[in-house]
Amino acid sequence: MAVQTSTAAPMAASPNRSLAQHVSGYFRRLAGGELGALPAVAGLLVLCLIFTALRPVFPSARNFANLFTQGAQISIIAMGLVFVLLLGEIDLSAGFASGVCAAVLAELLTNWHWPWYLAILTALVTGVVIGLVLGTLVAKVRIPSFVVTLAAFLAFQGVALLMLKNGANISVSDPVVNAIENKNLPVWLSWVLLVAVVVGYLAVQLLRVRSRAARGLGTDPLSLIAIKTGGIAVLGGLAVYFLNIERSFNPLRVSLRGVPIVVPLILLLLVVWSFILSRTGYGRHIYAVGGNREAARRAGINVDRIRISAFVICSGMAAIGGIVAASRANSVDPNTGGSNILLYAVGAAVIGGTSLFGGKGRVLDAVLGGAVVAVIDNGMGLMGYSAGTKYVVTGIVLLAAAGIDALSRRRAAASGLR
Amino acid sequence: MTTPLLELHGINKSFGAVHVLRDVDFTVYAGEVTALVGDNGAGKSTLVKCVGGIYPYDSGEYVFDGHPVHVHSPREAGALGVEIVYQDLALCDNLDIVQNMFLGRERRSGLILDEPTMEQMAAQTLDRLSVRTVASVRQQVASLSGGQRQTVAIAKAVLWNSRLVILDEPTAALGVAQTAQVLELVRQLADNGLAVVLISHNMNDVFAVADRIAALYLGRMAAQVKASDITHSQIVELITAGRSGDIGLAPAHASTAADIDLDEVD
Ligand SMILES: Nc1ncnc2c1ncn2[C@@H]1O[C@H](COP(=O)(O)OP(=O)(O)OP(=O)(O)O)[C@@H](O)[C@H]1O
Ligand SMILES: [Mg+2]
Repeated sequence: MAVQTSTAAPMAASPNRSLAQHVSGYFRRLAGGELGALPAVAGLLVLCLIFTALRPVFPSARNFANLFTQGAQISIIAMGLVFVLLLGEIDLSAGFASGVCAAVLAELLTNWHWPWYLAILTALVTGVVIGLVLGTLVAKVRIPSFVVTLAAFLAFQGVALLMLKNGANISVSDPVVNAIENKNLPVWLSWVLLVAVVVGYLAVQLLRVRSRAARGLGTDPLSLIAIKTGGIAVLGGLAVYFLNIERSFNPLRVSLRGVPIVVPLILLLLVVWSFILSRTGYGRHIYAVGGNREAARRAGINVDRIRISAFVICSGMAAIGGIVAASRANSVDPNTGGSNILLYAVGAAVIGGTSLFGGKGRVLDAVLGGAVVAVIDNGMGLMGYSAGTKYVVTGIVLLAAAGIDALSRRRAAASGLR
Repeated sequence: MTTPLLELHGINKSFGAVHVLRDVDFTVYAGEVTALVGDNGAGKSTLVKCVGGIYPYDSGEYVFDGHPVHVHSPREAGALGVEIVYQDLALCDNLDIVQNMFLGRERRSGLILDEPTMEQMAAQTLDRLSVRTVASVRQQVASLSGGQRQTVAIAKAVLWNSRLVILDEPTAALGVAQTAQVLELVRQLADNGLAVVLISHNMNDVFAVADRIAALYLGRMAAQVKASDITHSQIVELITAGRSGDIGLAPAHASTAADIDLDEVD
């Protein structure tokens, strides 16, 4: 409906911005308290430098590959947690949920001799059902998520103990499941993976520019796209190069080189969930419910369904994390998904830049933060610190990340951004 | 007389023990601005939320465009062409202007959000409303001023093929110039054939744009009259006492203090 025809030039939908404007805009956001991925990336750099200086073995090819396999479970659980955190909720049971799903997997594989695909599917379904129950209790019965998942945290710990007959562990000998964390892509396929990622990223960016330019809408400058793509190519290239170095103690007997299989799995999950969050209506509604639940409700969004689905995604991802953990250890015990896994995962999401207050966060945060957590854990292990020290340090890091989150929020409020 | 676009008959609404709306009748015509006035807590926002499907009403009849309808959700109200700009602006601070304007009704091409189309439509709508104050439609709503937010909320309401636009105190937080702009916009909407309901406490605003005035008093509809048939002071009396001369509620429901006042005047 035409309300008023104005003769003035139409308002630029969003003006073209030069590279310089992008850079200055970035610094303005930083100053305004929107730190984004900066703390995680800076932390990663500093930590790597410190550990490299203190323990020369830290940057070795073997340890580098370890970082990926050690960080996988945490990163995957953290990716699921991002959805719950985006709504301003919390899932404290994600760690033990992943343990229960891993126990289901091991039980079916080893004691029931099910084929791997059925066992994995059942483990995933277990996660989804857990999420449905938690989400329904939160969204429909309206128990605070903190209480629901704290109760589930205790209960799942018990379920894991019961399933594993009071502490016995079940070994997993299925070659497919074990391959996830213990086998690598061939060297050539590792490079193909890199090329696919870089070309795919570039193609998505260019297509976006083209479709926007065709409508006369503002676009990112090509120089910015070139810099980002180049950055991914260089960092990815270095990573693949190091992962392709022989890291077996006895290369003649068994060769150990290439990108661990879990890495493309994480990349796939990252791409799929990022796509869903940023490009689909469902993702938009997640942000809306996290930003202003009442506004979302008035916009006709089914808020309860969104909230339940976030818990389903979280527990489902926890199940995948559990499968990865079972693969890494070749076995499942009552502590799979226990001890510090959950706090590490929450820490990963928050360190990466996902807010505990809801409405702000990305799936990428979980992976970046997961890398930070993996480096801390791995580096301190190399330094020979006890588990006690590790717990204390991780607790402090989590607190620091949450503190940065709270402070940057206050800063943003002061600068009128939130 | 043309059929009204919206007719409410005998609407009742309680929040627990609090009976907020009592047998409310309310009629709105297309092409007119109907002002809904009443004191704080009279039930204006509640009535509007019942119309918008936010609150279910306990009893009463809801007739839209001559047809009895049942509106149970904001989506159903939206399907009828009812758009509400809420007093507590329903915007998501963490989303940008485009994302807010299309919230819940995103354009899709296949599975993917059609961002270019949405951005274009949002820009065009703001442009039609002569909005020049926002730098970019990709700005986060958190970074907008109160007046700019109000404009976004109104633009959101007229973006759709709306037939009835309800504005709950749209000028309450605005400066002089922006108030004038919003009122002009309200008038334009009606002149373009939409039915507009304007809630306001400012009688100057009401008389500036309204064709009809409806006054709520403690949850009852005291009177619905043409703006030209009533004076400023009569409206104030209807708002504060529920009765003015021979218009308004039956004495049993109107304020006794006012009755005394009236007797003295007589
Ligand atoms: N969600 C609710 N639960 C309980 N009572 C409510 C609720 N919403 C409104 N009320 C009550 O209903 C009455 C009418 O409120 P309403 O917000 O409709 O008034 P209003 O006419 O819009 O006032 P104002 O001019 O201050 O905006 C008030 O007494 C209020 O306390
Ligand atoms: Mg009100």
